[in-house]
Amino acid sequence: MAIENIEQLQDVHLDVLKEIGNIGSGNAAGALAELLQCSTDITVPDVKMLDFGDAVNFLGGPENVAIGMLIGLSGDITGMMLYIIQHSFASKMTKTVFGSDIEELMNMNDMEKSFIAEVGNIMGGSYINAIASLTGMTIDISVPVMTVDMVGAILSVPAVEFAQVGDKVLFIDDSFIIDGGEIKSNMILVPEMQSLETLFTRLGVSI
Amino acid sequence: MANTVTVGIADLNVVKSPDTLITYALGSCVGICLYDDAAKVAGLAHIMLPLSTEAKQSAGGNMRRYADTGIAELIQKMGAKGANTARLTAKIAGGAQMFSVNSAVFNIGERNVAAVKKVLSSYRIRIVAEETGSNYGRTQLFHADTGIMEIRAATKQTKMY
Repeated sequence: MAIENIEQLQDVHLDVLKEIGNIGSGNAAGALAELLQCSTDITVPDVKMLDFGDAVNFLGGPENVAIGMLIGLSGDITGMMLYIIQHSFASKMTKTVFGSDIEELMNMNDMEKSFIAEVGNIMGGSYINAIASLTGMTIDISVPVMTVDMVGAILSVPAVEFAQVGDKVLFIDDSFIIDGGEIKSNMILVPEMQSLETLFTRLGVSI
Repeated sequence: MANTVTVGIADLNVVKSPDTLITYALGSCVGICLYDDAAKVAGLAHIMLPLSTEAKQSAGGNMRRYADTGIAELIQKMGAKGANTARLTAKIAGGAQMFSVNSAVFNIGERNVAAVKKVLSSYRIRIVAEETGSNYGRTQLFHADTGIMEIRAATKQTKMY
């Protein structure tokens, strides 16, 4: 059976995605520790399918301002990844590296912006490497593009893409522990349905 | 007492004066406010995709997500609340490009705005105010007592249309 709708995914598929998320988050934590020069740990990520509206509420409501980073996927898997960084996470990172908080996300300076973009690049790359090494697939990622705006407006980008197949998004909820403080990080995966099928087939999971 | 009614993504609603409609954080989506000034009936549709007839897959499911079918249903629901289609005027907002990348997916905002204009013109509904395009998210309010559209954005001053 072909996957035509994201709602067709069953627990076994979610478990696979969860495991990928787990490995990806582990990679990401390692990379983050190196970048921030401090101890970084993760808890087991939660992978779920959420309605668009629930995902937005989960991220602090439609008008909550956050950083959104969009990474295009091509090669054996096509689709996009949206990485959401909340103010607290961004501020924690700049505090660790530059010694100063970010007061307003909308008013970040160029150095802070490029640093955050680099974090997004590393995090996105970590998840994709996890998928690639688990499956032996070749996946290329585009340079991330960043925006700072209302969460609802940022999420409308994958929602529009998903609207072709269903109204749910695939949501990875990570908790990182940086220097003892817990930080939330959220990745939204928007693979094309065909790619998802290829992924499960490669991993020997029946569809 | 005046109520504020929320319109979700790919959804629509109709109210009468003195109520207000609100839809949050339009990105590439377009919010279409229709108003019958005489009947004081206001409608708002939050569409996310252009025409249902041009959809990649067979257009099933929620038809409120498309410009053509969304606007058609909005007009019909406004009629049921006493609005006259011949008296309707439109105010539209949204259709931004949230990420600066050139591809079909990313200029969906522009295509949404074009589709909305095409559909409104087919009903001979005049657009009297518009805040579309650019690269930022917008929250849209529409007041049924005055027909005023209010736009909030993360970095900009609230504007009245």
